[in-house]
Amino acid sequence: MKINGQDVALDGATTVDALIAARGLDPRRVAIELNGNVVPRAQRATTQLKDSDVVEIVSFVQGG
Amino acid sequence: MVSSTTPSNASAPGAPEPNPPFVPSATQEQIDERRRVFDALRALDPASLVSRQEIRDALLERHGAATQAKLDAASVAICGCGGLGSTVAVALTRIGVGHLHLIDFDVVDMTNLNRQQYSLWHVGLPKTEALRQVLASINPYLDVTCDQVKVDDGNVRELLENDGIVAECFDVPENKTFLVNAVLETFPDKPLVSASGMAGYRSSNLVTTRRVARNFYFCGDGETAPKPGAGLMAPRVGVVASHEANMVTRIILGELDA
Repeated sequence: MKINGQDVALDGATTVDALIAARGLDPRRVAIELNGNVVPRAQRATTQLKDSDVVEIVSFVQGG
Repeated sequence: MVSSTTPSNASAPGAPEPNPPFVPSATQEQIDERRRVFDALRALDPASLVSRQEIRDALLERHGAATQAKLDAASVAICGCGGLGSTVAVALTRIGVGHLHLIDFDVVDMTNLNRQQYSLWHVGLPKTEALRQVLASINPYLDVTCDQVKVDDGNVRELLENDGIVAECFDVPENKTFLVNAVLETFPDKPLVSASGMAGYRSSNLVTTRRVARNFYFCGDGETAPKPGAGLMAPRVGVVASHEANMVTRIILGELDA
């Protein structure tokens, strides 16, 4: 699986939500793209990831 | 703006002194005069200063007819009219983007002036109203729509459906994240330019524009939040705002790569 351009080993079944938690990210401060499409917030808990997936995680900090 | 650029005043041992909180100290005369100046500026008939044709002629000399036609036809939503949004709006106004949609619920504060495009006579006024006047002093013939509202899942579709490009210019991370997710979910074919990580005075060279997905662009260094001694400041916020404004311009003119 690729995350932000880096090859990452997929450790067993994991959902988008689980990935966010595993990386210690705040789900209210990230947007997740999977194979070029956003993973809707309502589907993060049920969207399964696989080896061939390309994931982009974008996170937001204070300021603007 | 409700959130502070110095998130916590609690100091750890050896931590820098928290910034002194700003207390307004204007006299009533000054407050009244600011209002008088704003009302006078707002009451000016733009045609008394410049004709539509003269402004067009000036833009055409700079850009040429083909480029200007594309800019004329463009419509951009500026979500948030603070350091990012006011700066993006001014830049796009200067090049004559035909339609701007300003969205912000907040009022201008004196502490905004260290990075936002407002003047002294705007302090206390709603940002959309103040920004409208700022933009009108540059080109009063553009179409500017204002919504003094907070964007949420209930109104995002109706608010943004007529805007061709969305510029995410919020400040609170949860709001920035909400808007990006909502726009990507609701309008997958609408170009979205967002920004994060612009505080302090770290190197400008850390700031980039990245095309994350087909219609999703991200400007900033992605990590630098304000902290005591290194809050949001005009120069670096301006770098990121210009990245956003230039990416919007690229999209309008048909260059879709970052």
